[in-house]
Amino acid sequence: MVDIPHEASESAPPAEIEEMELPHAHGWWSTYVFSQDAKVIAVQYAATALAIGAVALVLSWLIRMQLGFPGVFTFIDAERYYQFITMHGMIMVVYLLTALFLGGFGNYLIPLMVGARDMVFPYANMLSYWIYLLAVIVLVASFFVPGGPTGAGWTLYPPQAILSNTPGQQGGIVLMLVSLILFIAGFTMGGLNYTVTVLQARTRGMTLMRMPLTVWGIFVATIMALLAFPALFVAAVMMLFDKLLGTSFFMPTLVEFGEQMSYGGGSPILFQHLFWFFGHPEVYIVALPAFGIVSDLISTHARRNIFGYRMMVWAIVIIGALSFIVWAHHMYVSGMNPYFGFFFATTTLIIAVPTAIKVYNWVLTLWRGDIHFTPPMLFALAFIVTFVNGGLSGLFLGNVVVDVPLSDTMFVVAHFHMVMGVAPILVIFGAIYHWYPKVTGRMLDDTMAKFHFWVTFLGAYLIFFPMHYIGLMGAPRRYFESSDIMFMPESAIGLNAFISIMAFIVGFAQIVFVFNLLWSWKHGKDAGSNPWRATSLEWQTPQTPPGHGNWGKELPVVYRWAYDYSVPGAAEDFIPQNQPATVTHEAPA
Amino acid sequence: MFFAIVMVLIVVGSAAFHFLSPWWFTPLASNWGYIDDTTVLTFAITGVVFSAVVLFVAYCLWRFRHREGQKAHYEPENKRLEGWLTALTAVGVIAMLTPGLFVWATFVDVPDEASSVEVIGQQWLWSYRLPGADGTLGAADNRLVGFDNTLGISPEDPAGQDDLVIEGGELLLPIDRPVRFLLRSVDVLHDFYVPEFRAKMDMIPGSVTYFWVTPTKTGTYEILCAELCGTGHSYMRGTVTVVTQEEYDEWLAGQMTFADLST
Amino acid sequence: MSAILVFLAVLALAAGWWLARQGLMVKPWLHADAAGAIAHAPRQPAAQIGLGVFLAVVGSLFALLISAYVLRAEMGDWQAVALPAIVWPNTLCLLIASLALEWARVGITQDDLARARTSVLVASAAALAFLAGQLFAWRLLAAGGYFVNSNPAVSFFYLMTAAHGLHVIGGMFALARTFERIWNGDKTQRIRLSVELAATYWLFMLFVWVILLLVLSGWAGEFLSICGQILSGSGIG
Ligand code: HEM
Ligand SMILES: [Cu+2]
Ligand SMILES: [Cu+2]
Repeated sequence: MVDIPHEASESAPPAEIEEMELPHAHGWWSTYVFSQDAKVIAVQYAATALAIGAVALVLSWLIRMQLGFPGVFTFIDAERYYQFITMHGMIMVVYLLTALFLGGFGNYLIPLMVGARDMVFPYANMLSYWIYLLAVIVLVASFFVPGGPTGAGWTLYPPQAILSNTPGQQGGIVLMLVSLILFIAGFTMGGLNYTVTVLQARTRGMTLMRMPLTVWGIFVATIMALLAFPALFVAAVMMLFDKLLGTSFFMPTLVEFGEQMSYGGGSPILFQHLFWFFGHPEVYIVALPAFGIVSDLISTHARRNIFGYRMMVWAIVIIGALSFIVWAHHMYVSGMNPYFGFFFATTTLIIAVPTAIKVYNWVLTLWRGDIHFTPPMLFALAFIVTFVNGGLSGLFLGNVVVDVPLSDTMFVVAHFHMVMGVAPILVIFGAIYHWYPKVTGRMLDDTMAKFHFWVTFLGAYLIFFPMHYIGLMGAPRRYFESSDIMFMPESAIGLNAFISIMAFIVGFAQIVFVFNLLWSWKHGKDAGSNPWRATSLEWQTPQTPPGHGNWGKELPVVYRWAYDYSVPGAAEDFIPQNQPATVTHEAPA
Repeated sequence: MFFAIVMVLIVVGSAAFHFLSPWWFTPLASNWGYIDDTTVLTFAITGVVFSAVVLFVAYCLWRFRHREGQKAHYEPENKRLEGWLTALTAVGVIAMLTPGLFVWATFVDVPDEASSVEVIGQQWLWSYRLPGADGTLGAADNRLVGFDNTLGISPEDPAGQDDLVIEGGELLLPIDRPVRFLLRSVDVLHDFYVPEFRAKMDMIPGSVTYFWVTPTKTGTYEILCAELCGTGHSYMRGTVTVVTQEEYDEWLAGQMTFADLST
Repeated sequence: MSAILVFLAVLALAAGWWLARQGLMVKPWLHADAAGAIAHAPRQPAAQIGLGVFLAVVGSLFALLISAYVLRAEMGDWQAVALPAIVWPNTLCLLIASLALEWARVGITQDDLARARTSVLVASAAALAFLAGQLFAWRLLAAGGYFVNSNPAVSFFYLMTAAHGLHVIGGMFALARTFERIWNGDKTQRIRLSVELAATYWLFMLFVWVILLLVLSGWAGEFLSICGQILSGSGIG
């Protein structure tokens, strides 16, 4: 084990990281469009992800129009409904959340937070974005091909996904699979960058245990994504073979409307294993960056070091590793060997322990803190509420027998929206309010932020908390029509209408957010270089917004961890990571 | 301050919603009361944890809100506290998992005396097959499915000749007798789900899946398909009626056998 | 899913071993100090680490394909299909390519550019021969009436060799680039890096190919079942 000696000296030698040659931009195109600067790429990723996310949001309205007011909006037929939920789900999970956390926040924050000039492979990084954009364009194109986008559900289960009673089986499903394949290829290029930058380009003094948890979260999530996405890749390619070349990887002998299909012998369950081998880690690919970011938001705005930093790091690593052996908890009632249920229920509930530790440590960071109710902090606190709620409902679904009545019902929909929809989105908002001043040099407007916050947080809770109970009654998910189920009480129709109205309100509140983003770009209050008085390196850049190469002539040198807030005896309530150890303090062991 | 109050309201409101709202499990009609019990236990444990965490946050927000001259307490970690919390969590998890696994062990273990009912799903219709006088179901295969044999029952297998075939009709079950549902699909994935029985299982073309229940309450229950199976998914309904043994026998006598149907 | 789990377990061990040496147990708040003490000078160029990570991704891709193959092969209707005999000479080609690049790697450490150039050319020729041979293998199968959708075993053969072939084609670009560097008399350090990366990549391709052959020919399955018998015979299994 590498131990770090204590002695403090005044002057540290300059960084001995090899200086990288930056591909400098010449002219407008290579500065803003085909840029190889991770910060520009980050903004491109984020803007694209938010734009396609807006499409998914509109789709969620359409879904809710049907569920809340069945039969009223006659242009939504069953076929369209399934197309809407499929595209909504896939866009939200892959093209919004994954792209935004890793491509957006990863690109912006990793080099700045570890004190690098840029990502290590800037060209591949640029390519990564353009392939992602292409993937998004292919996805959007599927709305315009004959038959429309696929309506197979975001899980794309065969055999149904490529058969004729599923909408979009002509072109939609092919475009969806191609788009996913592109996304994965593009992501891999980006992911190599994020990983190797963390491994290789940390500045002098930036040991792993001095990295902010944001970097840890994104780092581990990226590694998981690199290893998990191939499963989706393989599944997508095999399904394309089945669809286009007539192989039977996933296609058993089956009959469609009395007609024997030429398929035979394939295994639908095999697809499910591959899909969830990607799909479960995917949940944590979205969650871990959110964990990391929220830790830093809470710590900064409560002016207190993150409580139990080491436990937080270990928990991220352990959760990342364990999440590769729980995938089949999505398949308890899939018809796989039921005895697997024992194993997967146990591993799933074990993950609850490190996850709970993270929650405790966030809460204990607030304890005896100095809490500032800034917009990022509000969102971080709301994250705690929704994440705890969603995490606990996960214990229902992980515990195999409890899952039996609940799986494939609206309870599941409510659960995963709370835990991987609302909670990470709240973190994304908090993070945008937190880092926007660094990206643009200006603050976002506070009043608009508070309005946006309260409507989004309370609205989202009111949408998804009651939804659990609709599922508990037994309403299946992906139901075009559930008000006519025999046991559904009249009152459930009212509840569905209420949920829908809340969904419209929450959706519209996002307009305020977008307006704030655009308006403040020019008119926001000047932010200065470190408006939150934060310790981590990205706030210590010589310029705000940071220039190409981030650090001026010399790389920063790191002397301490990222959480020296309210250190006893220090003049200020924060000590930047690159401040030499002139004040020595004896911390309680 | 305001936020602290909102947090308290969230806890109180959620609890009130839980206890006062009319929305809950449909009344149980099978032996799987254990599942309900485990669920209720899980609600209790998770409800307590949720309230405790959120109320604690509310307290912190109120107590440690920023005021002039306040400084946060510097304390990087507290091994002892973290250790205790970890242990406590582990206990809670074990308290939920252990009963869960025991119930699962009974769920996957079909009692020997259970009678078999085959359920066949196809877009978007439920059909059933019951063993005839010989007590066994004949072989079946999707390759045999055609317009005159929509369930793919093997005409060669003598055991299949007396099987009772119910296509698209209603299924009856005798009360208090365990049934093993054998699930097949002709085309895509479906899922046989009767909320009042608390049980469900996917049906996969090319294989036979199963689960078992003992119906404990007479009445008519709706069968829902719980696995997306194409545009008609939400219309794929059926009914199962639990009746007394006499009524069941009477109904059974009126059903057609495979041999009847194929001549 | 056993293949991918084994693969990930190996990666996890490697990652654990590496992490264990990163001071994950230190209490970072106790060590505000002159950072000079923490020498952080990466010993390897980023490109090499990058290649390592990339190969982990490729490895996971193939491990997943193998997992899928094994799951499918366990089903009742599986019919194995004999591999076309040409895969064995093909293997030889790939071996030659790999050996040539190892030779180049050795040459370049002695600043022997001529040797590196020749070796890279030999490797390229061998790689081309491999690809041509693979195409021929497909032709042979098709001529025998085995198309991609004829039989699950054949489908997997086409799929897995196509996946491998595409990676080999990717490797050809790397070779071309290396050759270009040598030809243009680029900085020796760059050429060296280029050759080393190419050599590693091709060695990995050879490794994957051998594993694929073992799986597709059924030898891996036989070997494992023999191991299983020995283990259960000795009462351990
Ligand atoms: C205001 C915000 C949102 C609303 C009102 C909403 C609403 C819905 C509803 C009602 C469904 C289920 C429809 C059904 O099963 O019949 C659904 C499905 C889904 N949503 Fe959302 N959603 C929102 C945001 C999100 C976010 C942020 C995510 C990101 C994780 C997400 C991911 C999904 C997924 C994965 C599905 C499943 C699609 C499927 O069944 O194939 N949603 N959404
Ligand atoms: Cu999962
Ligand atoms: Cu269905």
